Amino acid sequence: MTILEIMNILGAELLCGQEIIDKEILYACGSDLMSDVLAFVKDHTILLTGLTNPQVVRTAEMMDISAIVFVRGKRPADEVIKIAAERKMAVLLTKYKMFTACGLLYQAGLRGDVI
Amino acid sequence: METTDEATMSKYYSIEPGNFILAGEAAEQIKKILKQLGIDAALIRKVAIASYEAEMNLVIHSVGGRLILNVNPQEITIIAQDDGPGIKDIELAMKEGYSTAPDAARELGFGAGMGLPNIKRYSDRFAIQSAEGEGTRVEMTFYLS
Repeated sequence: MTILEIMNILGAELLCGQEIIDKEILYACGSDLMSDVLAFVKDHTILLTGLTNPQVVRTAEMMDISAIVFVRGKRPADEVIKIAAERKMAVLLTKYKMFTACGLLYQAGLRGDVI
Repeated sequence: METTDEATMSKYYSIEPGNFILAGEAAEQIKKILKQLGIDAALIRKVAIASYEAEMNLVIHSVGGRLILNVNPQEITIIAQDDGPGIKDIELAMKEGYSTAPDAARELGFGAGMGLPNIKRYSDRFAIQSAEGEGTRVEMTFYLS
C-alpha cells in the first residue's frame, strides 16, 4: 500500500514528505527500541514509533526507511521534522496508540518483516 | 577525503562522548561515501547499521573515540576505537540484552544491549579487544565480493 493509503487508514497528518506519498510500502515495524529496528533489514518498510527524538530519524536513514509514523499524537520538535525533510522522508502523525495503529495497518493487509 | 592511492580510501571521524544530538553523523557520512563509490545498496545498509551502532557505543560509553573507514577493492573495514574506560567482561557485553548504558541512552531507544550483537550480526568479520582501564577497539569487515 502507499504512504497516502497509510495516512488515510490512520487518519494521520502529514508533517513532511508530500513528494513521496505515492511510494509503495510493503512492511511495517512498530518499536520504541531503535536497536531492535536496526536488527532487521528490509526494503520498503514504514516505522511506527512513540519516540520523537532525532535518533529515530537517524535510525530510519541507516535502514533506508522512507516513512515514519509517530503514534499517540506525539508531535516531534520542528528540528526533528527538518532532519527528516532534508532526507526526503515522509513523517506522519496519528492520534492512535501504537497497538491500534499497528492493528489497523495489519487489518488493511500490511505485514511485518519475517525474521 | 584522504586518498592514499587509487585503490585504497581512508577516512577518520572523531566522536564526541555524550553528544546525543550529533550521534549518527559519522555513520551517515560513511553511508554517503559508500553510495558515491557505487557500492551495492544492501551492503551499504549493513555497513551503515554497524557503523551507527559502533558510533552510538562511543557516544554512550566512551570518554571519546574515533571511527575509521577503510575501503579497498576487496573489503570495507570500520574500526571503532576509544580511550576508555574499557569493557570488564567482553563475553557478557556480547550477550543480547546485557547493557550498562545510562537512562539518557535508553530514552533515545538505545542501551538495550543490542549494539555489539547487531554489529557482529551485520559484519562478515568481527574482532573486539578491550581491557578495563584501557580502551576498546572494535574492527568490523565487510567483503565486497
